[in-house]
Amino acid sequence: MEQTPWWASEEMWRKTAIWVTAVMAVVLILLTFDSVAVITAGGERVPAYSVINQRIYYRFDRERGYQVPEIGDAAPLFGEALTEEQAEALVSLGKMTVQAKNCMNCHTLLGNGAYYAPDLTKAWLDQGWGAEVVREQLMVQFLMDPGNNARGFGSGRRMPQMDITEEEARGVVAFLKWMSSIDTNGFPANFQPIAQEGD
Amino acid sequence: MNDLVMGHTAMSNLNGGQRVAVKYFTAALVLFLAQCVFGLLAGIQYVKPDFLYNVLDFNVNRMVHINAMIVWLLFGFMGSVYWLVEDEAGTELVGRKLAEVVFWIFSAAVAVVVVVYLFVQRGPGTQESLWLINEGREYIEAPRWADFGIVFCVLVFFYNVAATFMKGRWSGISGVLVMDLVALAGLYLAGMFYTANVSIDQYWWWWVIHMWVEATWEVLVGCIMAWGLMKTLGARRKIVTTWLYVEVALMFGSGILGLGHHYFWIGTPEYWLGIGGFFSALEPIPLVAMVVHAVYDSGVHRFRSTNHPALAWLIAHAFGNFFGAGVWGFMHTLPQINLYTHGTQWSASHGHLAFYGAYATIVIAMIYIALQRWRGDVWMSAGLKGGWRWKWSLGLQVTGMVGMTIALLIAGYEQSFIERAIGGSTWYGFFQAQTHAWFMQGMIWRQAFGWVFTVGVILLLWDLIAIGRGETRRIQTLGHASNEGVTA
Repeated sequence: MEQTPWWASEEMWRKTAIWVTAVMAVVLILLTFDSVAVITAGGERVPAYSVINQRIYYRFDRERGYQVPEIGDAAPLFGEALTEEQAEALVSLGKMTVQAKNCMNCHTLLGNGAYYAPDLTKAWLDQGWGAEVVREQLMVQFLMDPGNNARGFGSGRRMPQMDITEEEARGVVAFLKWMSSIDTNGFPANFQPIAQEGD
Repeated sequence: MNDLVMGHTAMSNLNGGQRVAVKYFTAALVLFLAQCVFGLLAGIQYVKPDFLYNVLDFNVNRMVHINAMIVWLLFGFMGSVYWLVEDEAGTELVGRKLAEVVFWIFSAAVAVVVVVYLFVQRGPGTQESLWLINEGREYIEAPRWADFGIVFCVLVFFYNVAATFMKGRWSGISGVLVMDLVALAGLYLAGMFYTANVSIDQYWWWWVIHMWVEATWEVLVGCIMAWGLMKTLGARRKIVTTWLYVEVALMFGSGILGLGHHYFWIGTPEYWLGIGGFFSALEPIPLVAMVVHAVYDSGVHRFRSTNHPALAWLIAHAFGNFFGAGVWGFMHTLPQINLYTHGTQWSASHGHLAFYGAYATIVIAMIYIALQRWRGDVWMSAGLKGGWRWKWSLGLQVTGMVGMTIALLIAGYEQSFIERAIGGSTWYGFFQAQTHAWFMQGMIWRQAFGWVFTVGVILLLWDLIAIGRGETRRIQTLGHASNEGVTA
C-alpha cells in the first residue's frame, strides 16, 4: 500500500482537530467576558433599567453610519419616577410576562423569535401608537384586550387574548421601553420613530 | 448471524443497544409526524388568520412544531448512538435497563410538556409559569422542570455510551462522539436561567441553540455519517476517521466563532460584526467536505451498497446539509445583508432546509439501517420489493421541502425590501409587507408544498412498516469495513 502523505494522515488531522477546537473555545470564552460586561444593564450598550424614567430617541449617528438610541430628558413611565430597584422589578415583571405568554413564538425580540407578528425591538418607538401622549395608555389597553383593539393594519391578524393583567401590561410596556434603549448596531435599519417632544 | 429471523421485526435480531434504539426511533417518528401536523396548522394561519384564533393560536402551533422537531431529532440521535454503540465498542451496552427506564421517563416527560403546551398554553408573569408551563424562549420553551429532566436523561445517556466504550474499545469515531456529547450536554446548562436583561438572555440562549445546531449536532451527525458509510458501503475505517477529524477541525474552527453572526444586533459590541461575518462565512467549508466525502466514497464503491434507501438518505443528508445549512446560511450571514434579512422569512427558509437537510435526513437513514437488521439483515439493495415507496417518499419530501424553502425565500426577499428597506421597519411596514401579493403567494405555495412534504412523510411511515417484510433474500455482501484504528 502506498505511503499516506503527511497532510492526509489521520494523526495529523486528529491533532489539528483538537488544537483548533481548543483555541476557538478559548477565544470565545475571552470574548464572552468582554461582551457580557458590556451588555450588563448599566453597561456601555445596555442602559440601566431606570432609563424608563427618561425619553428615548432613535437617531441617525453620522459617525457610526446608522441609527442609535439616544437618552433624553426626564419622561417617567406612567408619570412616576422609579428607583433603580423599582424599575428593575417592573421591567422584570414585563420580561417574565413576555416569556410566560410565549410572545416570542409570534413576535421577534431583537430580531429573534417567530415572524407572524411585528418585531418588538423598537415597539415603544413605533409610529403606530399615534401620539406620544396617548402611547402608554394605548399600549396597556391593547395588551389587556388585543382582540378588540386589533392593530393588524388590514392583515386580518389579531393578537390572541393573553389574559394579561393591568400590572403585567405596565410591566410589558416598561420592558419594551427599556429594550428600545439598547444599542443594536443600527437594527432595525431605516426605522421611522414616533414623533416625541424634543424632536 | 444464522439465528436471525428474516422478514419480521424480531427483537432477537438485535443486540441490547439496538433494542433500546428502536424505541427511540419509533418515538422520533411519532414526533416527526406531529411536527408536520402543527407546521401545517401554523402555515394555514398565515393564509387564514382567523383559523383556530383563541383556540390554538399561531404561537402554540409554532412552538409545538419546532419543539417536536428538536425532540424527535434528539430521540433520533440517541437512537442512532444506541444503535451503533455495541458494534463500535465491541461489547454489550453497560446499562441497558437504565437506558430503557430513561426512554420511558423521557417520553412521558415529553408527553406531559406537550399536553401542557396545548391545554394550558400560558400562565401569569411569574417564575412558577416558567418552571411549570412554558419558558417562552424559542426552541428551549420546555419549562424548567423539564430542563432538569432533559439534563438527567442526557447524563444517563452519556454515562451509558462512555462507559460502554471504556469497557470495550475506543475508536476515532467513538472518541469524537463522546467528547461531542460532553459539549452537547454541558451547553444546555447555558440556557437554564432567568434574567430580566434580554441581551444577556439571548447571549447565552445562542450558546445553546447555535452551539447545538451549528457545532455539536453537526459533529454528531459527522460521527453517524462515518459509521453509516462503513456500514452501507463498506468504506475503510481509516478513511472515514480521517475525514471525521478534518470535519471536526473545520466545523469547530468555523462554527465556534461563527456564533458571532447571532451577536450582530442583540446589544453586543461591534467587533462581532467582523468576527461573526468572517467565521460564519467559513461555515459552509466543512459541509462541502462532507459532500465530497460521501460522494467520493459512494463513487469508489460504485454505489454498491447493502442498503439503498439508507445510502440515498445519507447522500440526501450530505447535499441537504450543504445547501440548507451552508448555502442558505451563507446567503444572509454577512452583516450588511443580515441587517435587512434578520427576523424575516429568510430565516424561516434557511431553518426549514437546514434542519431537514442536515438532521432529519440522516436520522431517517439510520432508521433504514436499523430496520434492515431488525428484519433479519434482509436484502435492501437493487430490486427491492415495493422499492417505489422509499423513492417516492424521498422524492415527495425533497420536493416539498425545496418548494417550501423557495416559497419562504421569495416571501423573505419581499419582506426585506418592502418592510425593511422601504417601510422603515415599523409595524405598518411589517403589515404592508405581510399583506403584499408576493408575500401571500409565498405563503400559499409554502402551504401547498407542506402538504406534499407531509404526504412524503406518511409514505415514509408506510414504507418503514412494510419494507423487508416477508423478504427471504439475505443482505448484499460487500468487502467488510476495516477495523484498523480500533483500540481495545
